[in-house]
Formats: sequence, structure tokens, C-alpha cells
Amino acid sequence: MIDRLLQLRQATEEAVRKVNDIEALNEIKVKVLGRKGELTNLLRGLKDLSGESKVEAGKTANDIKNILENMIEEKASDIKTREMERKLLEERIDVSLPGLPLQTGGLHPISRVTREIQNIFIGMGFAVAEGPEIESDYYNFAALNVPKDHPARDMQDTFYISEDILLRTHTSPVQVRTMEKVAPQIPVKIIVPGKVYRKDDDATHSPMFNQVEGLVIDEHITFGDLKGTLMMFAHQIFGEDVKVRYRPSFFPFTEPSAEMDISCVICKGDGCRVCSHTGWLEILGAGMVHPQVLINGGYDPEKVSGFAFGMGIERIAMLKYGINDLRLFFDNDKRFLTQF
Amino acid sequence: MAVSINWLKKYVDIPWTPRELAHNLTMAGIAIEGVEAINGDSVMELDLTPNRGDCLGMINLAREVAALQHTEVKIPALNIRENQEKIDDYIKVEIADPDLCLRYAARMVKNVQIKPSPEWLQTCLVNSGIRPINNVVDITNFVMLETNQPLHAFDYDLLSEAKKILVRRAVDGEKITTLDEVERTLDQDMLLITDNGRPVALAGIMGGQNTEIGEETVNMLLESACFHGVGVRKTSRKLALRSDSSIRFEKGSDINGLLYALNRAADLIQKLAGGEVVQGICDQYPDPKVPQTITLRPQRVNNLLGINLSNADIKGYIEDLKFPVREDNGNLMVYVPTYRPDIELEADLIEEVARLHGYDKIPASLPAAASRGGLTPYQSFKDKVRELMARTLYEVMNYSFISPRYFDMLGVPEDSLLRTTVKVANPLSEEQSVMRTLLLPGLLETVSRNLARKNNHLAFFEMGTVFFPQDNELPREELKLGAVVAGRQETNWLKQNVEMDFYYLKGILENFLLQLGIENPKFVADAKMPYHPGRCARIIYQGRELGVIGEIHPQVRQNFDIKVRVCGLELDADLLFTLTSPRHMMESITRYPAVERDIAVLLREEIRSDEVVEAIKASGGSLLQKVNLFDVYAGDRVEAGYKSLAYRMLFQSGERTLTEAEVNQFMEGIMTALKEKLDITLR
Repeated sequence: MIDRLLQLRQATEEAVRKVNDIEALNEIKVKVLGRKGELTNLLRGLKDLSGESKVEAGKTANDIKNILENMIEEKASDIKTREMERKLLEERIDVSLPGLPLQTGGLHPISRVTREIQNIFIGMGFAVAEGPEIESDYYNFAALNVPKDHPARDMQDTFYISEDILLRTHTSPVQVRTMEKVAPQIPVKIIVPGKVYRKDDDATHSPMFNQVEGLVIDEHITFGDLKGTLMMFAHQIFGEDVKVRYRPSFFPFTEPSAEMDISCVICKGDGCRVCSHTGWLEILGAGMVHPQVLINGGYDPEKVSGFAFGMGIERIAMLKYGINDLRLFFDNDKRFLTQF
Repeated sequence: MAVSINWLKKYVDIPWTPRELAHNLTMAGIAIEGVEAINGDSVMELDLTPNRGDCLGMINLAREVAALQHTEVKIPALNIRENQEKIDDYIKVEIADPDLCLRYAARMVKNVQIKPSPEWLQTCLVNSGIRPINNVVDITNFVMLETNQPLHAFDYDLLSEAKKILVRRAVDGEKITTLDEVERTLDQDMLLITDNGRPVALAGIMGGQNTEIGEETVNMLLESACFHGVGVRKTSRKLALRSDSSIRFEKGSDINGLLYALNRAADLIQKLAGGEVVQGICDQYPDPKVPQTITLRPQRVNNLLGINLSNADIKGYIEDLKFPVREDNGNLMVYVPTYRPDIELEADLIEEVARLHGYDKIPASLPAAASRGGLTPYQSFKDKVRELMARTLYEVMNYSFISPRYFDMLGVPEDSLLRTTVKVANPLSEEQSVMRTLLLPGLLETVSRNLARKNNHLAFFEMGTVFFPQDNELPREELKLGAVVAGRQETNWLKQNVEMDFYYLKGILENFLLQLGIENPKFVADAKMPYHPGRCARIIYQGRELGVIGEIHPQVRQNFDIKVRVCGLELDADLLFTLTSPRHMMESITRYPAVERDIAVLLREEIRSDEVVEAIKASGGSLLQKVNLFDVYAGDRVEAGYKSLAYRMLFQSGERTLTEAEVNQFMEGIMTALKEKLDITLR
């Protein structure tokens, strides 16, 4: 009896080792361990034995049953693993093929830079104000200390709609509009992004462009505050290593007035074509709000003071992205727009 | 303006190199654009701000240089030897329009010898960009550059017998031939120098040809006057005639300095042209200008600049400018010479102190008060719109002014409000002469231009203002959102390059609106130009028209030179803002399973899908959660005049698992309703 059991074990082990697919393995399992299988048949013969030999044969048969079951299970798991591996190998793809190109778009560089400038000033506690693109002569000029026929009007060639209505030449009209709305409340801290228009069209001038204006009014606002605020802005938008300088300038609506230069972002101040070999780039105009403008806006210049500034967004974008031609902004060539 | 540094050195010591001088002046507000070496001289190019016209004169520029190094200017001394004759016997002057001519002074110089100027004088002029002519003309130019006071010389013998100058406004249509040999027709706002009724000079701008100094001139009348800047500016603009003289009057000349200039010129003519100067000056000065005294409060200087200067420091800077100043009760009383007309207020003096102290020496600080920054809901909305659109479309920016011919190109009806435009009175060209009332022209131009450059697969959007005129008011400005798509998506190996057609753009739009909280807007077929009459819809939400979407009419495409199909849309962004509902409460997610059912139905071709969906929703009961069209078929397998649509429906309850029987009942209800309402049957 025991011999037959050992024979069966050996034969089965051999058969299992040879088998390579799950169906054949199952067949073996049924043939040996199934209800009518060989081992089951042998076990039925146990009842004919007795005493010692019955106990011994029973134990051997049970051991062999366990061994074979484990072996078949392991083999089954082996086959499944190998089959999985084969299937995965079959499913191999060329990972270098391009992915499904989803349709994408993007913001115009002017929107992008405007938002960046906006976020910097919002971080410093500024609100955003807006105003009409077609303005009255009063808000665009007179309220800002530029009466009719003032030579300062030569600085800004104007498109007129009628004698008193024009395309705003700067975002500054929103200064007085805002003051009128909120005076005498303080503090006022606004920036004003928007389109402006000047009658000028050449390589360095566009008849339409974008500006950001800024206005701060409070008690004890100083020229030092102007310097500090704009320096912080310059460092945030162009990097901490940028140097900043201020030069006296002239705007009818600020006094004292200043021009802010930054060290050239292209040559780092060594001098190049972009900075006309000066090492400096003019990026914005600013100044302490002229007392008459404060009065026009409804504030008492003896009680409050303020500063204002304005910059061209195209200029900032050109420096940030190395754009060399102003006209690209309004040409809307896809090859340009997809770069930002 | 070009400034010779050698010449400038005649009036002030300059211890700096030309480059240092340029830098120091620039940092003090007198911008120097460049320095160039010419013939052993260095020439600076000045880029003056409009308020500092005074620096067009060498002596005034020298004052700036002197102030920066706390030194003195050297003003040339005069040494005129007058003869015994009286000016009154030679000339009379009358000012008829004292609002335009504030002062008129004249001197008589006899027996001059007209010849070329000496070399030093010619060099001064050449290095300043002025062509030498003859000694007398050169001297008037030289003195103008030196003092900033324009001068004019008449050939005395060419004046009429009356020898009387009348300064008056021109009469409409009056004519003068100026030195540049152009006959100019004048109007009554223009000021003339006249002699016996005859114009001899266009005041402050250019002399007349009839009394020009020439080779034969022997006796001359020298004019040094002050004309009203605005008047000169207006005349100069109207006639499109600018001169070195008019530029200086426009920016403001020194009314109290004009006699010095007159004498300086007479002195030089005597020396260099052998002239004989007649005794006296004929000087008409109806309303003498008194220099003003401005109170400067040192406390105010420090408060406004954020610095801490002593009274003595501040006084020192004012004294560097050579402005007489005295202390009064802790304040400084500053007397402002008339050669600095830009200084009118205390704030102007504060700027003088700041720039002489140096802007870079003022310490930087930050405003003290806390404030709340941020965007308004409208501004956040605009940002969000841009961001959503930019997911699939590239943003463009077109000019706000367009050509009026676009309305014809777009086939806009004659009576459409879109044709009522705000017109630019002085446009750069007809192409940019009216303010846009819609965004499509710019967008279609953008498509056309890109296609011409072989850029394909185009998908753009623009958000911008359009303008409509209003009586007696500023134009109405509205914010619009426009988009265009043209061509197929870029070719790819996965073959998923769909055509960017009506449904493509509609998909972008629906997705966009959904993100703004606008669900299931209605698309109502329309046939509006510039759209294809069979492929155009008005977009309706809560009874309001958000805008129009459609394929562009082939004729319109042709007008824009676009060969491929283009679809476009234009929305009222302001209306969109009022309809968005950004915040809503979460709906709970049910744990009971959903049941899906598909049906394919057969219906007449003219029935719209949204009618079917509406009927399904109306009859499907409250547990019908979703209806989704997933197939459209019209062709051989259905009867002519019919089409087949297939819908997937989703039923779900928040309270229990639905049974087959229940769902079957819902489906029966739906089919009955479809049959009754639209004569639709199961396929």
C-alpha cells in the first residue's frame, strides 16, 4: 500500500513538473486528487487494512495528499504569474509616441503681465479700479492740471471724438474719478489697468497700448513711500537683484515728479542695445500727487498727501519676455501667441 | 536740442568729463540722451521735459550746472556805445492785442556790414545744429541759443515810410510770405507784426520775406518781444510751422530778460558787423510782470519727501539756484526769477530741493496704513472668463478702432444699431476711424492674417470693449466676449483631429457657460448676418439673449479672404456677469444604484433634439436624472424624411433601489408621451 502511495506521489510530482498550462494542471489535479482520483481510490483501500499498517498508511496518504495539493497550488500560481508576464509583454507599447494632443489655449502676454502686476499690488493692499476708455477732456486733461493748449499736451497726441470727448491718452483719468467717488475717505490705494490711445504709429509706438496707473492717498504719504513701494514692485516683477534709481521728471499732475529706471535686465547694467548702452531702463513715471489734483478730487492737500505712478504694460512685457517689436502684441500671430 | 560743451564752458566752470556732466544733469532732471564728440568739442543731446524750456538757453543750462556744484554763472558783460540819435525818431511801436503780445522792444542799428560771421561764432552754431547765414542773422541765432530769447531783425530800409510797427491780430484771409518762401493764409487768431498795414512777420514764429536781412542791408531794426505761448502754439499748429523761435515762446520765454538779449545782440552786432547803435530802446510793456515770492515751509519739505533736512540745508539748495531767499518765522520766502516760469507753487520748490539733494538720497519707506486690496466680483469674473476661455483658445488683442467698411463686409443690415458708431475726428487713417461695435471684424482679420501666413488650426478669443454713441454724454461702453475657430485640430497619429465646426465651438461654449453656473442655455435657430442662415443660433438663458453663435456666412468669409469654414460667437459679457451664479450648495450623493436605459427613436427630420429631450424630461418622472443624446442617424436605414436619435436615460432614487418594473413603467410613460406629442416611435 505504502509503495503504491509513494509511486503515485513520484508519478504525480513528475507530471506536475512537466505541465505548462493551467488546464493540464487541473486535469492532473482531478485525476489524482478528485473524488474519483487515484489517491482517493487508494485511500478507499485503507479500510481493508488494520492495526499498525492502517495507521501508517493513513498517515502517509494524508502527507502525500497535502504535499501534492501544495505542489499543484504552487505550480498553478507559477503558471498564472508567467501567463501574466507574457500578456504584459505582449501589451508593450512605444512610449515615445506622442500623447493625445488636447486642444489648449493661452492668455495674451499683456493679460498675463497685467495679472502679474495686479497681483503684486494686491499683495501690497491695493484695490483695482477701472474707468471708461472714451473720456471727457476734463478727466483726461483739465482735472490733471493740463488745460487746453498746454504744451504738456504735446507729450500725448490725442485722438478726439469731439472737442470735449477723446480716447483717453493714459489711465490717469481714473485718479480723479476715484477721488471724487471716495473723498474724503482715506486711505486710497488703487491700481488702474487698461487700454489707452495715442495718435502715434511707428516701430516704437502703437496707437493703442496698455497702462497700469497707481494712486495712494493718505495722511503722511511721502516721496520715500513712493520709492519703497515701487522698489518692492520692481524687485517682485524683475527679481531681487535688480537695481532701481529715480530721476527728476515732469508730469503736470505730480510734483515732485520722478522717472524710475531699473538696471538693464538684459545686460545686467553693463550696457547693451536694449538700454542704449546706459545700463538703465526707464520703466515708469511717478510723483507726489499735485496739490491742485488733490483739490480737484475733493481732498485737502494740507491734510493728506499721495503718490501716483504709471507704466506701460507692453514695455514690462517686452523686458520680461525679450519681445523686440511692439507691433507683435496686436498682430495676433499664432506663432507669437502660443509662446506664453 | 544739441548743446556744445565748449560753448557751455564760457558761462560756467565744469570740473567733470562730458559723460559725468551728462550723468549729473540727468540725475538732476535735465535728461541728456547722449554725448557725441564733434571737432574737438562734445555735444550733448538734451531731452527736456516740457516744464524746463528755460534750459534751451545756454545761460539757464549753465545755472543748473552751477547749482549742482555750488558755483556761479558767468553772464557776458555788455558794452554798447550808443550814438546821439534817438530811437523815437526812427520807429514807433504799438501793441493792439496785449493779450497775445505781452511786451515788444526794439533797437535800431545803422550802417552794418553784412558778411560771414567769425569762425568761433560759426562753430558755436554748427555744433548746435544751426546753419550759419551772415553775421547779423547768426548773431540773432547765437543770442537766442545763449539767452533763450528769440530775436528778429528787419531790414529797416524795407519798412514803409511811416516807420511804425503795429502788433495786431490778422484779419481772416490775410496773407504773408514767410522767410521760407511760403505764402501763408492767416486767420484772426494769429498775431502779426505789421508795418503800415502790411504784415512783416508772423509774431514769434517767422519773419516775412519782404523785410528780410540780405547782402544789401545797411540799417536794421532788432526785435526782442514776448508773445503769448498758447497763441504762438495755436498759430504754429494751424500753419504746421514750427521754428526755434516758436518752440521757445510756447514753452515760455523770460519777459523780464528780453532787454538783456536785445542789448547783447546789439553789442555783438556793433563788434562783429560794425554797426552803429541808436540811443534808447523802444519798449512797449503794458502790464509788467512782478516776480512772485513763494513761502516754503521746511516742515512741509520734510513731511512730503520723508527726509529730515535742516532749514539751513533747504535754504542752501534754494541759494544754489540763485533765487533770493529770506527767512520769516521759520519759513523761507523765496523770490522766483521770471526765467523759471515753471515754479509757481510751494510744491515746485519742494521738487527743486529734492532734485538738488538727490532723489537717491531720500530713504525708501512703505505707506503705514493697512488696507484691504483685491478684486471686485466683476473684476474676478473677467479674470475667470479669460482663464476659462484660455483653456482651449488663444487670447488675442485687436485695436478698438476699425474701418467702417467692415459693416458692409459683414453684411450688417443698413438699419442695424451696430452701424451707429463713435467716430474718431482725427484718425490715423480711414482704416482706424470708427470705434468698434462688435469684436468679429478683428477676430476674422486675425483668422485671415494667420491663414495667409500658413498658420492653421486656429482657435482664438478676445474680451474687449465696444462703443455706442450717446447724446451729450460719453459713449456707452459694453464688454463683449468673442471667439472664432477655423480648420481641424492638429493632425495626429491617433486620428482624433476633429473639425473645429459649429458643434466644436458650441461644445467649448457650453462647457464654459457651465463653469460659470449657466446650465442648459437654449440655442434658438436664427439667420442673422454675418452667419450662415442654416447654422446660426441665438443663445438664450433665463429669457435673456447672451449672444449669437454660428458658422460665418461663406460670402463674409470671402470678403475677409478666408477659404476655410470659420465659426464664431459673440457674447454680452456684462450680461453674463449678472447671470453667473458662482456659489451653490452641494447636492448629496445617493448610495442607491442608478439604472440606465437606452432608446433609439424614429422621428420626422424637422423635429429638434431639444424638443425630444424636453418631452422625455416632462414625462420621465422625478427620478429621471439625466438624458443624454448619443447617436444621430439619417440615411438609407431609415425612411426618407425621418431620422433616428438615440438617448441614454439615467434613473436614480436617493431613498431606495429601483426595481425593473418601476423603470419599465417610467419608460412606457416616456414612449407614450413621445408618441402623443411628437409622433415618435421606437426604432
